[in-house]
Amino acid sequence: MSMGTTEAVLSVEHVSMRFGGLTAIADLHFDVRAGEILSLIGPNGAGKTTAFNIMTGFLKPTQGRVLFRGRDLAKLRPNDIAMLGLARTFQRTSVFAEDSVLDNVLIGLNRHGEASLLDRLLPTPGARRRDRATLARAEAILDLVGLSGRAQEKAGSLSYGEQRLVGFALALAIEPSMLLLDEPVSGMNASETQAFVRLIRTVRDSGITILLVEHDMPMVMEVSDRIVCLSYGRLIAEGTPDEIRRDPKVIEAYLGKSAAKLERREAAHA
Amino acid sequence: MSRVIAPLLLVVLALLPLWLKDPYLLNALIITGIFTLCAMSLNLLLGFTGQLSLGHVAFFGIGAYVSALTALGFDVELPFGLVLVVEPGSPLLGFVLAVLVTALCGYLIGRLAFRVRGAYFVIVTISFAEVVRLVALNWVDLTQGPLALTSIPNMVLPLPGLGETVLRTKMQNYYLVLGMAVVGYLVVAQLVTSRFGRAMRGLQQNESLALSLGINATRTLTVAATLSAAMAGAAGSLYAHYLRIIDPDVFLFSYTVTMVIMVVAGGKGTLAGPLVGGLIFGLLPVALRPVMAPEAQWIVYGGVLIAILFLMPQGIVPALDALTRRLRRARPAKSAPGAVEAGANP
Amino acid sequence: MDQLLQHCVNALVLGGTYALLGIGLTLIFGIMNVVNFTHGALYTFGAYAMYLAAVGLGINFYLALPVAVVAGLVLGAAIEFTLLRPLRRSDIDTTMLVMIGAGIILQSGALWIFGGVAKAIPNPMPDQPLNIGPVSVAWVRLFVFAAALVLIGVTYLTINRTRLGRAMRATFQDHDTAALMGVNVSLIYTATFAIGSALAAAAGALLGPVYVVFPQMGDLAAVKAFAIVILGGLGSIPGATIGGFILAFAEEIGAGYISSGYRDAMGFIIIIAVLLAKPTGLFARAERIG
Repeated sequence: MSMGTTEAVLSVEHVSMRFGGLTAIADLHFDVRAGEILSLIGPNGAGKTTAFNIMTGFLKPTQGRVLFRGRDLAKLRPNDIAMLGLARTFQRTSVFAEDSVLDNVLIGLNRHGEASLLDRLLPTPGARRRDRATLARAEAILDLVGLSGRAQEKAGSLSYGEQRLVGFALALAIEPSMLLLDEPVSGMNASETQAFVRLIRTVRDSGITILLVEHDMPMVMEVSDRIVCLSYGRLIAEGTPDEIRRDPKVIEAYLGKSAAKLERREAAHA
Repeated sequence: MSRVIAPLLLVVLALLPLWLKDPYLLNALIITGIFTLCAMSLNLLLGFTGQLSLGHVAFFGIGAYVSALTALGFDVELPFGLVLVVEPGSPLLGFVLAVLVTALCGYLIGRLAFRVRGAYFVIVTISFAEVVRLVALNWVDLTQGPLALTSIPNMVLPLPGLGETVLRTKMQNYYLVLGMAVVGYLVVAQLVTSRFGRAMRGLQQNESLALSLGINATRTLTVAATLSAAMAGAAGSLYAHYLRIIDPDVFLFSYTVTMVIMVVAGGKGTLAGPLVGGLIFGLLPVALRPVMAPEAQWIVYGGVLIAILFLMPQGIVPALDALTRRLRRARPAKSAPGAVEAGANP
Repeated sequence: MDQLLQHCVNALVLGGTYALLGIGLTLIFGIMNVVNFTHGALYTFGAYAMYLAAVGLGINFYLALPVAVVAGLVLGAAIEFTLLRPLRRSDIDTTMLVMIGAGIILQSGALWIFGGVAKAIPNPMPDQPLNIGPVSVAWVRLFVFAAALVLIGVTYLTINRTRLGRAMRATFQDHDTAALMGVNVSLIYTATFAIGSALAAAAGALLGPVYVVFPQMGDLAAVKAFAIVILGGLGSIPGATIGGFILAFAEEIGAGYISSGYRDAMGFIIIIAVLLAKPTGLFARAERIG
């Protein structure tokens, strides 16, 4: 596994988030390095989704800050953050259900394409050429995620797993330098998950940094370069999959739920 | 479906005056055309962004007043002892100003109203229309209040070979309105299949997802509101120069309701929907007039609106679409028809 | 100063009926998530019911009032049962449009049946106004104010002290949970819409004798109710009560010191100002975006 460079793409700096009296995140601090696949794990209610929403600008932290390629995200709206090249997917299925799969990706390619409204009102040869280029790009993305055959179908009519892929294709469409995936394989069957793991690797190899929030431990252990573990809103461990697997604090956090499973998995790997 | 309906309608409507000489029917068609233009503009917001604006009549009325006042000229006292005197100008200038002023209003209202969504948005838009109506009613120096602006000159067009032509006859106005409707239709059609149109569709279906893809919600919605307002303003200008008299009743909520019924019945979010809905509900009064009183007609409208929402919530055009798809599937299909006709396939 | 005092008294008297209007609308929105576009028509309906009972049937003025309120209750229940119940799963825009359709039918129906000429409802109270120092108030307005306060009180008691009220509050919090706890949510919806409608009808029945009764009287009442509810925050009953009085004061002061023509514009100016300052109203829970 390549570790890429050690340069931080995304820095979470001493972030805290309180909702009324409830502290969802307390002094969270870690970096995501360029070109790596980093997973954020933790038991239910550990604050993973809150952390995820802070990192993508959908929530503003009570304290601390998040830097993406050196830029503070505090003042930026979610759409501005997307424009910087930080893409995200959603936990629940998130597609434009009424549109075809191809149109979905074309909406995702929105930030590319023709220059202005005027350009469109008076369709010039240049605009048409750009339209064709946009279409070609959309087709290439569908090809990558393996949905070419479904391009003309309504996104809402696809299977759950395929809809997750559309969501992934949408995130790819903004041509991000970093991708945040919120439980991408939940609801996928085993073979879909395996295909998705290969897909994530391909995407990473093309130079996109990936942060993964995921429940599926075998998948996380298989795909991650590094793992950050949260419990009750605090970072309790950070390291390679092997280090995390052996970390007593992580085992304790998962105790009664996945600890046994985790140990069994370890035995299988040994 | 729009690809079939729109050109077909255009041919029929363009040829219609050749045998239809009844001035009453021609008048009904002109008014129908003007309101269909309004419905098309409303569809841009209601259909393509999903924002239910119930103050659309404000832009129609402002367009009518701006255009009429430009053509008639006026003088009003402003605060600090200033007096604004405007000499009568060309109705064409009035039209241009109507479009510009309503575009500005649409922009400002968009900036204000899109801070909120849902019920709040609806109420803000209604409030705006009511405020404008009250201003038109009470600023008597400018608008003559309930006494109405009268003797508004007819629209003037610089026609090739004929020079400046005053459009006096119903026939001329009919073709003017038809021409404007075609322009309006083409503008909307170009918009919704563009990158901008895709942004609107994205926002309508899933705002969070659209934001995560870098789509700027406020800007997209504000641009839609601006263009939509400008189109309604253009319709208002046509209305003022055709009827040659306007009063604060051009701001009545029932006009907004008419536009909404046209869009919802025809099929919001489709290109042909407002045309179909506009023609049906624009000409329904003609059909109903011999058999019932106006208030009874309104009872029918209310009933039809409810019936459509219950039975055909997507509207007539999407229902026709579904029907043709079913028929085509019965026979061997040559190519898969796009589920959404305003889709982005070039 | 005397004039200001007079305006304040007028505003207080008017505010009671405005609060009634606002509470009805906000109750329906808060519990059912329906923007009731029949509210104005129900207000008109209440006024005509009062007119029919008091003038048409010659019922005693004070008895005609409860008759009109009950008529509003019944009509509201009927509207909910026939139009809203089948649309329980529809989005808010659809129900809004259906309510607009129903409002058109009611208003045009009134115009068809009663014609456009305004009707007056005579009242048995003394013609001479009550004079206290520099302030003078018509007896009928005092009666309207008192009746409005009683109705507001009854509404508060119903919501806070009865089993029905408890079920309504539970449904307001979360209708799914309420249903799990054994609340008959459908019944609560019908009751809520009926009560909201009765309050609108009551406002119409009370103001009918003060002004005159005509088919379009509900238009302005409806937009004022929206203003009140925006001011107080959609779904907040105390907000609507306070909002009703604030709007009445704003109108009285606006009409007295700015221009009487813009009296009715105050509500909209308030809406726009509130949205500029605090988009979700003064007491509101935020509406989810996206």
